[in-house]
Amino acid sequence: MRAAVLGTGQTHHAARRTDVSMAGLCREAVDRALEDSGSTWDDIDAVVVGKAPDLFEGVMMPELYLADALGAVGKPLLRVHTAGSVGGATGIVASNLVRAGVHQRVLALAWEKQSESNAMWALSINPPFHMPLGAGAGGYFAPHIRAYIRRSGAPNHVGAMVAVKDRRNGSLNPFAHLRQAEITLESVNSSMMLWDPVRYDETCPSSDGACAVVIGDQAAAEASARPVAWIHATAMRTEPTFFAGKDHVNPQAGRDAAAALWQQAGITDPLNEIDAAEIYVPFSWFEPMWLENLGFAEEGQGWKLTEAGETRIGGRLPVNPSGGVLCSNPIGASGLLRFAESAMQVMGRAGAHQVPEAQRALGHAYGGGSQFFSMWVVGAAPRP
Amino acid sequence: MALPLHAPLEISFDYTRSLGPTLSRFMTGLAQRRIIGSRDSTGRVHAPPIEYDPVTHVASTDFVEVSATGTVLTWTWMPRPIEGQPLTHPFAWALIRLDGADTPMLHAVDAGSASAMSTGMRVQVRWAAEPVGSIRDIACFEPLSTSETEPGGEVEPVTMVTTPIRLSYEHTASPEETRYLYGLAEGRVLAQRCPRCRKVYIPPRGACPTCGVPTTDEVELPDVGTVTTFCIVNVPFPGQRTKPPYVHAAVLLDGADIPFPHLILGCPADEVRMGMRVQAVWKPREEWGFTPQNIDHFRPTGDPDAAFESYASHL
Repeated sequence: MRAAVLGTGQTHHAARRTDVSMAGLCREAVDRALEDSGSTWDDIDAVVVGKAPDLFEGVMMPELYLADALGAVGKPLLRVHTAGSVGGATGIVASNLVRAGVHQRVLALAWEKQSESNAMWALSINPPFHMPLGAGAGGYFAPHIRAYIRRSGAPNHVGAMVAVKDRRNGSLNPFAHLRQAEITLESVNSSMMLWDPVRYDETCPSSDGACAVVIGDQAAAEASARPVAWIHATAMRTEPTFFAGKDHVNPQAGRDAAAALWQQAGITDPLNEIDAAEIYVPFSWFEPMWLENLGFAEEGQGWKLTEAGETRIGGRLPVNPSGGVLCSNPIGASGLLRFAESAMQVMGRAGAHQVPEAQRALGHAYGGGSQFFSMWVVGAAPRP
Repeated sequence: MALPLHAPLEISFDYTRSLGPTLSRFMTGLAQRRIIGSRDSTGRVHAPPIEYDPVTHVASTDFVEVSATGTVLTWTWMPRPIEGQPLTHPFAWALIRLDGADTPMLHAVDAGSASAMSTGMRVQVRWAAEPVGSIRDIACFEPLSTSETEPGGEVEPVTMVTTPIRLSYEHTASPEETRYLYGLAEGRVLAQRCPRCRKVYIPPRGACPTCGVPTTDEVELPDVGTVTTFCIVNVPFPGQRTKPPYVHAAVLLDGADIPFPHLILGCPADEVRMGMRVQAVWKPREEWGFTPQNIDHFRPTGDPDAAFESYASHL
């Protein structure tokens, strides 16, 4: 059965949203999604939520205390867990409930209130019997970025180019945490080296924020007064964090998910057939890495698209017109933000960061040690 | 075979909560020795207040003060309190409906003995000596007496609370990891080979993550290897054990099929390279324990770098 995104909502993301409680943060996104989708609370049949691991906020099973704030009383409430990719997985689980014919209208919500904790600390727990080397997500991913640069022979300035593009795109997005219209290659390259080879300006911020989408069945979509985003395909794949022969630069699970996604969407040439992509890029170099993993470029060639400016708005494949994870990173919500932003593009509701005439868009998320992948393709028209 | 090793793991963090308009009103009330509830769309009064209406789902806006005295609806006895509970001597957990409220709140009643507790008994709040705008301002409840505590005067609005959380685990190593740790305590590096795919895992897993079969073949590895990739950590953060800057490297020990994470010292950080040949520098034998930290760090051997192809499939 067909399903479509009827509407989306997100918070104004910021380092510290101390004006709201966690419930208030979630409701800011949910209320906007209900309004954008033309739905009332009574229209919602089920609620699916996702957030990053509980240690990040120190709230054990937040879905328990949030049940009434999320209007879930008397309805099914499910929580999805897949680390950083959880926002994407949450959107896919919600869409599957509709596509399977179980529900007509499902609310998907993902959030993170990072200011209540310290993600670097939460990601660097040192258990006994191990080397105490943990240094957060940057410490984990920086060696794999170094390996990509070595394998592809990419010039050093490509990472900084991604940072400049995404931060400037973020300046067009009123909801973005970082809005830096004045950023330059020089300023990125003079920012502090945090986890060599990753500089401060090439790193995602730590944000408070939430994102919600309302997914409806074909009848709800056809009854909508405003354009909807038809869900053409979804895919999720998983692999272990560490195993002998794991390719951290170009993980098998990501390649497999992308291959399944393009096949399901009837796409044979993603670079020409996708008009906009919201890809999970928490560190700038992940743009070329994921362009290859997703099949937009041959292995080792992704950086050439970035360097040629093809991933800017106006290029062959605008990547992260919203500014992406490099501008707003409420971890649990970041994946659903990618999915929602891709829907906004094909619904024509992306405002100043709208890619002109976007007909088909990709939303993508990854999580854990590059081991969970979730992605969808949405279109302005139903898949023929 | 040695019993699996175990060791304590303590995790703690002071989480900082922003309260938003409704809970801020409640906490500010507590700082004044007042209890604020919320009235929902059906007229029921919730104390503590709820942020969103259970029927209409709109944000609560109708706040009412309820009494600091109330009635026990039901209770149970806590004969041996545990750390962190409101009282250190035996007490009752009770659902207490405050006068003026329609919903009960869970709290402790300091009744002295279980025989002093009854359903329907009247109780009152015992306030903390110095209320600060925290749920702990209600120290506990006690049987109703004639002495009342006067509410305090105006206070600054309370918008944040700090929630310290501490978790205590006993972390246990697997039998295979225990053998590896005993090996390290003797200055040996013990790995295991998968009988099916022949890949050598360090530390040993007990099962091959690719083939899913038990790994039983033990392999002793040399303490020399190749840096496959690395990062230089310059950023300080809470709980960090090694002072930055330091080089966190993936070291592929000769004969292993998966890198072993460790520190590289013995040369400037900017001279560490992918492919660099390195050797373990062990701490003095009297400092050895059951830990990879018996290896203080790896140092460059000075040998020519390994060819990229030799470690390309281990990135």
